[in-house]
Amino acid sequence: MTSGHRLAEGGRIDRLKPLAFTFNGRRYGGFAGDTLASALLASGVTLVARSWKYHRPRGVVGAGVEEPNAIVQLESGAFSVPNARATEVSLYEGLTARSVNCWPGPEIDFMALVQLFSGLMPAGFYYKTFMWPRRLWKKYEHYIRKASGLGEAPAVADASTYDKMNAYCDVLVAGAGPAGLAAALAAGRSGARVIVADEQAEFGGSLLSLGSAPLPRIGGRAAGHWLDAALRELRAMPNVRMLPRSTVFGYHDANYLTIAERRHDHLPLGERAGCRERIWRVRARRVVLATGAIERPLVFGNNDRPGIMLASAASTYVNRYGVRLASRAVVFTNNDSAYGSALDLYHAGIEVAAIVDSRRSPGGEVVQKVRDASIEIIGGSVVVDTRGRRHLSAVRVVQMDGERLTGRPRHIECGLLAMSGGWSPVVHLHAQSGARPRFDVARACFVPGEAIQGERSAGACNGTFDLESCMGEGAAAGAQAAALSGFVARATKPPAVEASAPKAQPLQPLWLVPSPRGVSRGPRQFVDFQNDVSASDIALAAREGYRSIEHVKRYTALGFGTDQGKLGNINGMAILARELGQEISATGTTTFRPNYTPVTFGAIAGRDVGELFEPVRTTALHAWHEERGAVFENVGQWKRPRYFPRDGESMHEAVRRECLAARNGVAIMDASTLGKIDIQGPDAATFLDLVYTNAWRKLAAGRCRYGIMLDENGMVMDDGVTTRLAENRYLMTTTTGGAARVLAWMERWLQTEWPNLKVYNTSVTDHYATAAIVGPRSREVLSAVCSDIDLSAAAFPFMSCRQGAVAGAAARVMRISFSGELAYEVNVPANEARHVWDALLAAGAANGITPYGTEAMHVLRAEKGYIIVGQDTDGSVTPADLGMEWLVSKDKDFIGRRSLLRPDTARDDRKQLVGLLSEDPSVVIPEGSQLVDDASASASAPVPMLGHVTSSYESPALGRSIALALVKAGRRRTGEMLLAPLRDGRRIRARIVSPVFLDPEGTRQNA
Amino acid sequence: MNRYSIFTLARNALGGHRGWQAAWRSPEPKRRYDVVIVGGGGHGLATAYYLAREHGITNVAVLEKGWIGGGNTGRNTTIVRSNYLWDEATHLYEKSLKLWEGLSQELNYNVMFSQRGVLNLGHTLQDMRDIERRVNANRLNGVDGEVLTTVQVKAMVPIINDSAHARYPILGASLQRRGGTARHDAVAWGFARGADSRGVDIIQNCEVTGIRRDGGRVTGVDTSRGFIEADRVGVVAAGHCGVLASMAGIRLPIESHPLQALVSEPIKPVLDTVVMSNAVHGYISQADKGDLVIGAGIDAYVGYGQRGSFSTIEGTLAAIVELFPTFSRVRMNRQWAGIVDVSPDACPIIGLTPVKGLYFNCGWGTGGFKATPGSGWVFAHTIARGVPHELNASFSLERFATGRLIDEHGAAAVAH
Amino acid sequence: MLMIACPWCGPREQTEFAYGGEAHIARPADPDAVDDAQWADYLFMRTNPKGCHREQWNHAFGCRRWFNVERDTLSYRITSVYKPGERPAEPAA
Repeated sequence: MTSGHRLAEGGRIDRLKPLAFTFNGRRYGGFAGDTLASALLASGVTLVARSWKYHRPRGVVGAGVEEPNAIVQLESGAFSVPNARATEVSLYEGLTARSVNCWPGPEIDFMALVQLFSGLMPAGFYYKTFMWPRRLWKKYEHYIRKASGLGEAPAVADASTYDKMNAYCDVLVAGAGPAGLAAALAAGRSGARVIVADEQAEFGGSLLSLGSAPLPRIGGRAAGHWLDAALRELRAMPNVRMLPRSTVFGYHDANYLTIAERRHDHLPLGERAGCRERIWRVRARRVVLATGAIERPLVFGNNDRPGIMLASAASTYVNRYGVRLASRAVVFTNNDSAYGSALDLYHAGIEVAAIVDSRRSPGGEVVQKVRDASIEIIGGSVVVDTRGRRHLSAVRVVQMDGERLTGRPRHIECGLLAMSGGWSPVVHLHAQSGARPRFDVARACFVPGEAIQGERSAGACNGTFDLESCMGEGAAAGAQAAALSGFVARATKPPAVEASAPKAQPLQPLWLVPSPRGVSRGPRQFVDFQNDVSASDIALAAREGYRSIEHVKRYTALGFGTDQGKLGNINGMAILARELGQEISATGTTTFRPNYTPVTFGAIAGRDVGELFEPVRTTALHAWHEERGAVFENVGQWKRPRYFPRDGESMHEAVRRECLAARNGVAIMDASTLGKIDIQGPDAATFLDLVYTNAWRKLAAGRCRYGIMLDENGMVMDDGVTTRLAENRYLMTTTTGGAARVLAWMERWLQTEWPNLKVYNTSVTDHYATAAIVGPRSREVLSAVCSDIDLSAAAFPFMSCRQGAVAGAAARVMRISFSGELAYEVNVPANEARHVWDALLAAGAANGITPYGTEAMHVLRAEKGYIIVGQDTDGSVTPADLGMEWLVSKDKDFIGRRSLLRPDTARDDRKQLVGLLSEDPSVVIPEGSQLVDDASASASAPVPMLGHVTSSYESPALGRSIALALVKAGRRRTGEMLLAPLRDGRRIRARIVSPVFLDPEGTRQNA
Repeated sequence: MNRYSIFTLARNALGGHRGWQAAWRSPEPKRRYDVVIVGGGGHGLATAYYLAREHGITNVAVLEKGWIGGGNTGRNTTIVRSNYLWDEATHLYEKSLKLWEGLSQELNYNVMFSQRGVLNLGHTLQDMRDIERRVNANRLNGVDGEVLTTVQVKAMVPIINDSAHARYPILGASLQRRGGTARHDAVAWGFARGADSRGVDIIQNCEVTGIRRDGGRVTGVDTSRGFIEADRVGVVAAGHCGVLASMAGIRLPIESHPLQALVSEPIKPVLDTVVMSNAVHGYISQADKGDLVIGAGIDAYVGYGQRGSFSTIEGTLAAIVELFPTFSRVRMNRQWAGIVDVSPDACPIIGLTPVKGLYFNCGWGTGGFKATPGSGWVFAHTIARGVPHELNASFSLERFATGRLIDEHGAAAVAH
Repeated sequence: MLMIACPWCGPREQTEFAYGGEAHIARPADPDAVDDAQWADYLFMRTNPKGCHREQWNHAFGCRRWFNVERDTLSYRITSVYKPGERPAEPAA
């Protein structure tokens, strides 16, 4: 399928491996080694996209990550990639892609009608209009949004997986062009651990794009041979890791760099297996940046037509991909490097009609070579405009005298304009590391400034453009990096380079080509192709007072595209500097932020999605709960059974059954998730006195006590029962969600404030399983499986603890109750949980022992007025607010105590915990309802609110609904009627009562 | 000042847009002003605007050490809402939201305030209780709010992961339809243009290096461009408020932390509302340009570096992909960070200081953007009258001593 | 991303640590002896400097011990790491 657009030979494509692909619904052919861009160009497809704002026809400009135009939607369905750059997409068999942001396609795009109104759409036009009438903004915006955006997010979930790799190395080399390879070789030979990463599939950088003639020779051999040998040597070094298709996209603090490695997207869909991309998180002792340079476009009228591309890109397409870009070309330049491109085109059989050079009298060796090839050189001239509807057909060349255009314009017909405005070193990673690039006037580019972290730039990214110096710098940087990492780098002379491109003549800065009719009236001179930002937009921004480069960037959208302004930013800054009459160094750059190039969300998320989003914690009895058909609830990281429905039962029915079993017979709950902290040491009691509001010294061994702990601001942060197991040993329980936080918090106090206390905290939450056996028949059940503990009320009173064997397992049995019933909590080693649980169920079978979940637990505790921290409290509640003054010691200090004395914290009209009984006992007030009084119920907003309902249930034991609420001065209002206005318009009347609805004397739990 | 409209746009188009004036002047600082505002972000510029507009005080300078709107104003994720929990916060943010609703017309500058609705997802039963509580309070306070079921959430946001088997399934959400997003830079520029046209001097590249006092009264500020005299100084410097407070010998209950954000490449419209999830730690909207705008978490450590930890970005994107599985193959284009001034109760401090004539407006933490017009409005009042407006009276520095905290995050931060 | 040299374990990744805020804020020995403003100062007021900051860190996913770090809050560079009860090494220059 060698059309007229593919050269018969040369390049790194494999003409024996043809590949078929589809673009915008049409089938084309290419070769292994092509990119999508090169394959399209080789198929004669030059109009590949429409621009974002004006929908102008656009073609391929670059050959790599800098490409602003050739943005495609790659593949579809679960393999779809929005906004892929055709210049970066390796061709594979069956590839399918389409243009974005045009309809029906780039050839004919109805959206291009917008060009008629482009005069009304200068930079920031949307700030000046769409304001009237106000209600129409939503409509306007709807269409603005529809017109925006490039590709489409996939419609189906991603089937791929992504991984993370952590790596430590002595030397990280970013970029495997000649400088990077020289650095990697030098560092690798010293024995240092080296990682060398390059964004391309093949290592070699600019060496891959060298023409067939004349070739530079490196170390006495052809550049290609040197490259092969270098790669062989690197591959053979066990201390060197080579990462192709891997972009170093972020340079963070302390030499932490992030690399995105793409492992799949070059393969046919059917061959993709395993993880698609990996993020490498690398700590490097030293970093060598060898990230190269990107050629700058020139800014002239209608410089955006398909057929206009960077001179270096033209060379790459010809030399590396064997693309015959056009039959006739013009080269437009302000420097010597494009002369090499002209020769590349010439040697490929493309007629080079002329080189238009803004320099008055270009001279030197390379210029002579061009002359020798009989290529016309038009010095002191510029291209001011171009022609062609969907593809370039001619350029208009005018002589330039200083800033003035003189003489008669000359039209030169051509299908390719290769342009070069000089080179911009890729200083992105250097700048991300915290350093400030500086503007080098002589070289007319930003070059690395003083290093802030352990990095050094080498080669083109350092503003060094000739091959020999690049390799010399690379070798020196690699050797130095190894030496600074403690390795002995042998001083190897960098290979001598016999260059084809001898010493260059200086470049003549040319940031903006003068326009025959002025920047504001002439044809658009594009600075940022992707965002359609032209020189007149920058001038307008400056005129309107947006003078900071950051303002200009934000006002015009310069550099906001997916290419992040890799082509346009420097020209834009220079044009702004000119407008403001400043030096470029005074205008400065915008901040270089990660990412260097876009990185897949899924890759950064890695494995932490789906069930691994956060680890699930389950108890030792989880399998049993699942077997019993439990409905689970997330509590903190835990899965807890919420209720155990029997066949056909609703939640309501199940909870009612479970509650009644606990009140009237016996019920059993898995309470293993409560936090358990083993606290030991001679000062344990002193410490508990500090973390709990109540006193602990006098608690006898074998006794349990309820405690609440406050933060230092005096607000309740956790609660639970703590048991004194022995003189110097306590077992603390915490809330399910609070366990880790409480342990960390106690440790912090111990280590930083009271290091003199001898106390040792150990989390034992997972070590013990806990079964709560609840109800009037719980003693009966427990006694059937526990013979060595006297369970009688006298021998084993409420709030005490005994050790013994339960179903043969060593157990701690606490007689404590979160339900107000006679109850025992049996703690056994987690490994024996199932056995003990089964035994308890068997023992209770005769009594209809009923497993219950958190929902019934909530009802049972609410009937008793027991709080749940986090539900009935919200971080702004004191013990007094909860009616727990009795739990606050007056005889000792504790964390948070002093805060309780502040005037607003000590007020007696704060929100207080109360009970609520709805007037209609069958109505359950929705949790979260706000409460108002009669007087304000019909007031218009803002309606003064007195508080809110924290917990609300139907109580099977009481045969009516109950609720807990936090109400301003609530206890004083006992007996008053409040209203809960609901969103549906209903108002529920409810009376304030004591929060203890059942058995206030505690007869049942003491039974 | 040029009037902005489709007609002036068309007229200027004929002249190649060469007729537009500067949106604001770049004057040399005067020796003396009636009021100096330190900080040329949205809040500072709004303060100057309302000083001139509402209180007739026009001899005002806004001093900005860099470029206006270059701090958190230009670095946030542009979410606007007023559905706070506590009355004090709700009233303040609702005042702001009301100002937002007419701001483009008021300023004759399209700030692209887009009331596309804000969803706060609930993932646990307690989340849903908190949502009920908050929405009920909002409505009684005259602020719109709805509680949506999972099905309703899915109907609004078809691409959301509504699987009941998700690690933290979506159980419902609150919705404030009047909430949405705005174009952050435009807010700063619009206020700047409005203030400038009323005589306010906006002085960029002018860093305050000292706050001069005499006998407990403020007398002016030392700057990188010389001493500027003023007997009223309002400081609205977000992450740098602590640095400025120390110049005046004031201690603040504030810590400055990096807060990161990121955007994807622009994609076609796919997400029409703002979606926030506290439990899963992600919030996201889609800008008019097509980028997904994503707020990442705050870094725990004090940091002035306008950069945060990569691990925070990793956690955020995991949450986003968990909530929106189809975004997995979308690509992250750019990340950045602001420096947020975090107060102990996640509420701002707006009011007087122990130094007479010196006023502080800080502590907005991660939520300052939405408050921009309201913050400027009450701060202007406070500076003009010398006493706080009733809307900001509760947001005093004294509350930290008396215990009258307005604990917006305490109310959401305690598990059970 | 910081690299923090735990005084007990050596250099470890930032993700292993938890931050604890400003260091050397002593809890008043007798909380009743301070007035509300002084108590608020202890509870809430922070130096929050742009520059040298002494702060507490916990090797949460390691030895779980607390220690102090002296760090520049602008450059994020760590200048000293020391155990509780110790003072930071004096800067060399």
